Amino acid sequence: MSSRIDVSIEHRNVPEPPGKQHPNTCPECQSHYRDDELEAALWVCPHCGHHFPMRARSRIASLADEGTFVEEAAELRSEDPLHFFDLRPYTERLAEAEMKTGLGEAMVIGHGSIDGKSCELAVMDFSFMGGSMGSVVGEKFSRACDSAAERGVPLVSVTASGGARMQEGILSLMQLPKTVCAVEDLHDAGQAMISVMTHPTTAGVLASFASLGDVIVAEPGALLAFTGPRVVQQTTREKLPEDFGLAEQNLRFGHIDAIVARPELKPYVSRLLRLFTSRNGD
Amino acid sequence: MATDHELHLRDRLTRLRSLNLLGGVRLSGELEKLQRQLDRIQTAPTDEEIWRSVELARHQDRPYTLDYVERLLDDWVELHGDRGRADDAALVVGLGKFNGRTIALLGNQKGRDIKERTHRNFGMAYPEGYRKAMRLMELAGRHGFPLVSLVDIPGAYPGVAAEQHGQGGAIARSQAAMARLEVPTVACVIGEGGSGGAIATALADKVLMQENAIYTVISPEGCAAILWRDAAEAKKAAAAFKPDAVHCLELGVIDGIVPEPEAGAHTDLAESAKLLGESLQEALEELESVPVDDLKRRRRARFRSLGVYA
Ligand SMILES: [Zn+2]
Repeated sequence: MSSRIDVSIEHRNVPEPPGKQHPNTCPECQSHYRDDELEAALWVCPHCGHHFPMRARSRIASLADEGTFVEEAAELRSEDPLHFFDLRPYTERLAEAEMKTGLGEAMVIGHGSIDGKSCELAVMDFSFMGGSMGSVVGEKFSRACDSAAERGVPLVSVTASGGARMQEGILSLMQLPKTVCAVEDLHDAGQAMISVMTHPTTAGVLASFASLGDVIVAEPGALLAFTGPRVVQQTTREKLPEDFGLAEQNLRFGHIDAIVARPELKPYVSRLLRLFTSRNGD
Repeated sequence: MATDHELHLRDRLTRLRSLNLLGGVRLSGELEKLQRQLDRIQTAPTDEEIWRSVELARHQDRPYTLDYVERLLDDWVELHGDRGRADDAALVVGLGKFNGRTIALLGNQKGRDIKERTHRNFGMAYPEGYRKAMRLMELAGRHGFPLVSLVDIPGAYPGVAAEQHGQGGAIARSQAAMARLEVPTVACVIGEGGSGGAIATALADKVLMQENAIYTVISPEGCAAILWRDAAEAKKAAAAFKPDAVHCLELGVIDGIVPEPEAGAHTDLAESAKLLGESLQEALEELESVPVDDLKRRRRARFRSLGVYA
């Protein structure tokens, strides 16, 4: 029965698994690249423009002026409040994710500057448990808002997430109101938030802070949906439009301000930072 | 012998004592209530008891929002429409008198028979529902009416039109609207507190749960399908993520449990309404003594403190 299937916040919105295809092979045009080639091209296919997933560190390097980024709250780690065990213990999944990604969690925060403009950055990494939001992601985002407010600078958020982290149960759902309250406090402090949604920004993250940017932009082809296409299809048997849930559809329906290709993102964000801070006279 | 669960509750009680959670004024009331609940619950819910809550929360005869409205409010006037494109019957809003004062009330509404279930979309709101809710929140703020939100939703509707109309953004903005309100707000989960669809209208000063309600990040079936790759493992999933009221209280997610008649809320509607009304009244009285400026600050601080990390 359809009413029994709650699909709002979970991991099923993740992109199709690439199967046997190498992660550096472009799913659109099949061109294959070395890591350094893709890194130099901002992980955009030089042949067809496909946007590969971008890791948090690469993203920060692509946005922040060289040598300006100072990470904050890097020491935060998830706990296992429910002693959650599905096929494997949550703690084991966390340890594996940290080994695999070299990150303590699915979000990196810190301050830096973009084209000389100071700002706070909160950047998600999909490689860490599908960018899912648990207590640490919520706390880091919350601290990023406070740090921005204290420094009197805007916050730039870059999201890539399958939703809330089920292994933390109801506490992961509570990260939605937590991050919403943090954005409200930031806004009350008079600071702006620029939300950059990348593939995929879905479920709990879309339904909380990511949607509360003063300006919201997305990367081309990014899936931005509360419920992903496969689940909508399974649950409702509706026929899905070609571009269901993609950035392009979201732009058409008025949910985002612009689609910005990755090479244009830094100048676009820095223009916004100039606009939001010039009223302060600098 | 004290169970782990009891120890947790006692720990929470101790923390509450030292926290000055409610600005001192009604602290003893809060403590008494927790103590009562602690006394009532002798042991941690077993996996079977958790599953019983899941079943009772979804019971076809469970009282819905309008059943409580009928029994608790005078002069109820339901308001309709989001002033943009539709009137979402899965979420009802309106004004009424509760113990003499005007309040704004919103709640998810399921249907009783097939026809009404379809009309109410099984209680699953579209973005239009959340926009209607936001309209009521603004109205409440403008006129200083306390806001009561009754939560009972399997999940926000997962459909093509719902996505096109901006489901994610609507849920985010509905929470933001609640975070901005400068009137007392109380939310109570009266059945299924399903995920984003539920939290959209549950960012309140006081969050309560009925004894057999559930509050979940994902339905047990959905969780089982993903983690165990088998929806039939729902019972196992529920036991793992503990959506019952006692565990939610323990984690600090809710502030109190509203008692139900012994065999569940559906067995005695009058009694269920009476018990819910008493809890709502108690919560509102407590909040009405808090200076307006403090309400918003405390509400945000409450939610910003949720989470467990090292
Ligand atoms: Zn390509």
